[in-house]
Amino acid sequence: MTASQPGPLANDVSGTEVSDNAGKSVRSVTGITVRLAGDSGDGMQLLGTQLTNTSALAGNDVATFPDFPAEIRAPRGTRAGVSGFQLQFASEEIFTPGDTLDALVVMNPAALVTNLGDLRKGGILIANEDGFNAKEFKLAKVESDPLESDIINQSYRLVKVPMTKLTRAAVEEHGLSAKNADRCKNFFAMGLVYWLFGRSLEPTLRFIQEKFYKKPDVVAANEAALRAGWAYGETTEAFGESYSVDAAELQPGTYRNIMGNQALAWGLITASKISGKELFYGTYPITPASDILHELTKHKNFGVRTFQAEDEIAAICATIGAAFGGEMAVTASSGPGIALKGEAMGLGVMMEMPMIVINVQRGGPSTGLPTKTEQSDLLQAMFGRNGEAPMPVLAPCSPADCFDMAIEAWRIAAETMTPVMLLSDGYIANGSEPWKIPEMNSLPKITIQHPPATSGEEPFLPYERDENLSRPWAVPGTDGLMHRIGGLEKEDRTGNVSYDPDNHQHMVQTRAEKVARIADRIPEQDVLGETSGDVLVVSWGGTYGACHTAVSRARMDGHDVSHAHLRYLNPMPRNIGTLLKSFRKVIVPELNAGQLRMLLRSEFLVDCIGINKIKGKPFTVNELVDAIQSHAAPARKSKAG
Amino acid sequence: MSLPVLKATDFASDQDVRWCPGCGDYSILAQMKKVLPNVGVPREKIVFISGIGCSSRFPYYMNTYGMHSIHGRAPGFATGLKSTRPDLMVWVITGDGDSLSIGGNHFIHAIRRNLDINIVLFNNRIYGLTKGQYSPTSAEGQITKSTPMGSIDHPLSPLSIALAAEATFVARSMDAHVKHLGDMLMAASQHKGTSLVEVYQNCNVFNDGAMAYAQEKKQRPNNIIELEHGKPMIFGENRDKGIRLTGNHLEVVDTADVPADDLLIHDAHNPDPSIQMMLARMRYPVMPEPFGILRQVDGVATYNDQINDQVTTAKREKGEGDLNTLFHSGDTWNVA
Ligand SMILES: Cc1ncc(C[n+]2csc(CCOP(=O)(O)OP(=O)(O)O)c2C)c(N)n1
Ligand code: SF4
Repeated sequence: MTASQPGPLANDVSGTEVSDNAGKSVRSVTGITVRLAGDSGDGMQLLGTQLTNTSALAGNDVATFPDFPAEIRAPRGTRAGVSGFQLQFASEEIFTPGDTLDALVVMNPAALVTNLGDLRKGGILIANEDGFNAKEFKLAKVESDPLESDIINQSYRLVKVPMTKLTRAAVEEHGLSAKNADRCKNFFAMGLVYWLFGRSLEPTLRFIQEKFYKKPDVVAANEAALRAGWAYGETTEAFGESYSVDAAELQPGTYRNIMGNQALAWGLITASKISGKELFYGTYPITPASDILHELTKHKNFGVRTFQAEDEIAAICATIGAAFGGEMAVTASSGPGIALKGEAMGLGVMMEMPMIVINVQRGGPSTGLPTKTEQSDLLQAMFGRNGEAPMPVLAPCSPADCFDMAIEAWRIAAETMTPVMLLSDGYIANGSEPWKIPEMNSLPKITIQHPPATSGEEPFLPYERDENLSRPWAVPGTDGLMHRIGGLEKEDRTGNVSYDPDNHQHMVQTRAEKVARIADRIPEQDVLGETSGDVLVVSWGGTYGACHTAVSRARMDGHDVSHAHLRYLNPMPRNIGTLLKSFRKVIVPELNAGQLRMLLRSEFLVDCIGINKIKGKPFTVNELVDAIQSHAAPARKSKAG
Repeated sequence: MSLPVLKATDFASDQDVRWCPGCGDYSILAQMKKVLPNVGVPREKIVFISGIGCSSRFPYYMNTYGMHSIHGRAPGFATGLKSTRPDLMVWVITGDGDSLSIGGNHFIHAIRRNLDINIVLFNNRIYGLTKGQYSPTSAEGQITKSTPMGSIDHPLSPLSIALAAEATFVARSMDAHVKHLGDMLMAASQHKGTSLVEVYQNCNVFNDGAMAYAQEKKQRPNNIIELEHGKPMIFGENRDKGIRLTGNHLEVVDTADVPADDLLIHDAHNPDPSIQMMLARMRYPVMPEPFGILRQVDGVATYNDQINDQVTTAKREKGEGDLNTLFHSGDTWNVA
């Protein structure tokens, strides 16, 4: 695992010098972690996305971590306004965007002071020199020019580049206003970074042409800036060498880069297609869930209907209405909106309506940290409804896994006649990774049947149950099946309103049992490592990559550690209890105060040790490795990861 | 296709009706059952969706498809259902608390979207199901369980709200005037777009007689005015009073003093809702309260048509969605 091992750039000996190019050598390395940081108006997210796509196209494995301010346009030049994009690309399979940075690109002093702490000693620091002046120092609240400080010059390989001036010169002939010319400087930075890491300019040149095709002068200027950045790298003496990262050995197939929310949207579309349903998506905008709406609404030709409601309550109610009508119904939000949906979710549970409720979690409580990630809505997902209202809960583990889990959520909802909660998070939603495009015939099948019309002579029983304890999905418009459903307790089989005490207990238990039985129809928990031993790390959701990498590292260091990553949280896989009891210690890392740990303890009476981080930031591999090692028995022999 | 001839009783479900004896809800239920066989839609294509309240038990009593949902949110459920299943006739049954307190937001938005649904708002100016607290339509000063010193909220007018939300069909009727009520339900059912029928409904347990001025045969003629499109506005026991537009306000005049030509002619089809809004604001005891269709404007696009048209257009322009094409759009690469 390359994620946070002292990498090649820290000490220039570990890479292999492979060639000599115009007097400069190209050093081959296995992976690079780079962060691009600037003012939120500087186009850092665009730069990061382009570098990601280009690296993915070069066959590298990639993982990204965009990080932006909550304010749309935080005051320019301030620390609060810094927008960052971190990316790891590697010639090996990777699972995280990396811990410490091999290279950091900063466009202004605020970006430097807020990000420098993550740059490894000896790492490359590229600074836009033109962004370092008295005015910017004041905005960033720094006393003097940090680029002049001895510490920086001694600890890092600082390269100062007058990007603004060079960009202006490069685009001069295209006659842009000074303001528009300066806007091109992120493409200059991109060109420079591309040179440094041996990336091709082609995909980005294509992107520029497609994106700005209506403005030929902008196309020309951005292209010029990009090429100028590359040429600068090639000619300046500041860089003695560049780096190359070979293609990763991924499974054969066709790949594309995909972001979590996009994968979720595509998974939903796919689920609707393979189940022969049209998709209704009811939602109210909220960060970081909104991009699912933006993506879905582009694909109306798949029969997708998107409804931007007046609030989250209307959104879920409309979703239930669509489910009642017989369509595939999905609603999504983030914590605050999910709180509003609670009552309607309970109704969905009571009416036993198939639908998906997506929660793209962010920092809480209340409005919390809208643009930062957290995993603190697990207990809300499990219990955030009045009464006994169990709902299946699933959680994708990575951006690409969102595709599969969206399909899985719909399979379970339709098979079981129940709302299903899908827990994503901001880290997964905005992160990206290569996705192996599935073969059409490998997609799972979802067969949905609605009871057909009858003469109506026999009374229709809307709450009669099949082997999954699931009730028939009879849709309005079908002759002979007229029935009424609602939130008052239902009499078994007939569905009539009933206050009968025994019936209520029976129905509560039946609804719970129905959800519990889903465990028979999901895979058993898989484990990295042995199924018994010293330490088991149990994780869920977006911490998968960091936990997987950390456990692999601990194993390579000779510790007896295994990893179980839960994608099914309610019900849990059948074998999870046995697994927990087969280890001396169970460690549960979570980006919350210990919610899965509470569930595991109460359900299985197994003591669990929490590693809990609530900083709006993902785990680094290093902090997990340290925590695991502090609990694990001393390392024995070294074994394979 | 000829539909089987149904009777009112065919629309009765097998459930016992459990409203208080004497409740106005019975009459509305009876009129609905009477009207439905004539609306031209088969029974299995009719769906009743309600919120929570006494009135919202309504769907259980109809032998159609039905959903008793959560407090105030019936318009939300109706939106999802009608958007995906425009072939269904959707009725929303709601109370004044249900639609104007907790559901105010959804009420407004269903109307402004002009979703093709029919909202029947049972207005008893009280919370019935929770046993007698004041509601958003309760009179100022009204003494209730939660307002022992009198309500200090200003009452809302559902009709004004609907008109403010650019409703395309707005009418008012009452439980006790069954023929009129039937006519309004029928007219609402035929309207394409959101129709709102406010029905004065007597809660004889918690607010008995609150609207007696409009409901009682004797008082009715002097306190209400029945609107008819294209007809001059005349009311009163002896049809001796009329409404005149003077400057920018409405006033009651004696027909003996004012020539018939000077009276306001009701124009329900006027796309400009200004005068309809003035009518909606006429309140007892200062003015007679209007009953009948205040506004009925055709030809406004419905939400359900438009959401479905966009799907059709997208399919026509981009072709039916193909997963393989979607997955391979943009930059891809091969690993051998
Ligand atoms: C979320 C929620 N809040 C409160 C209630 C309690 N509640 C039920 S009905 C009702 C008011 C009903 O009044 P109205 O809509 O006028 O109907 P009516 O009973 O008079 O027909 C209230 C407050 C509820 N069921 N749900
Ligand atoms: S409480 Fe009032 S509204 Fe409710 S059923 Fe009784 S009379 Fe009707």
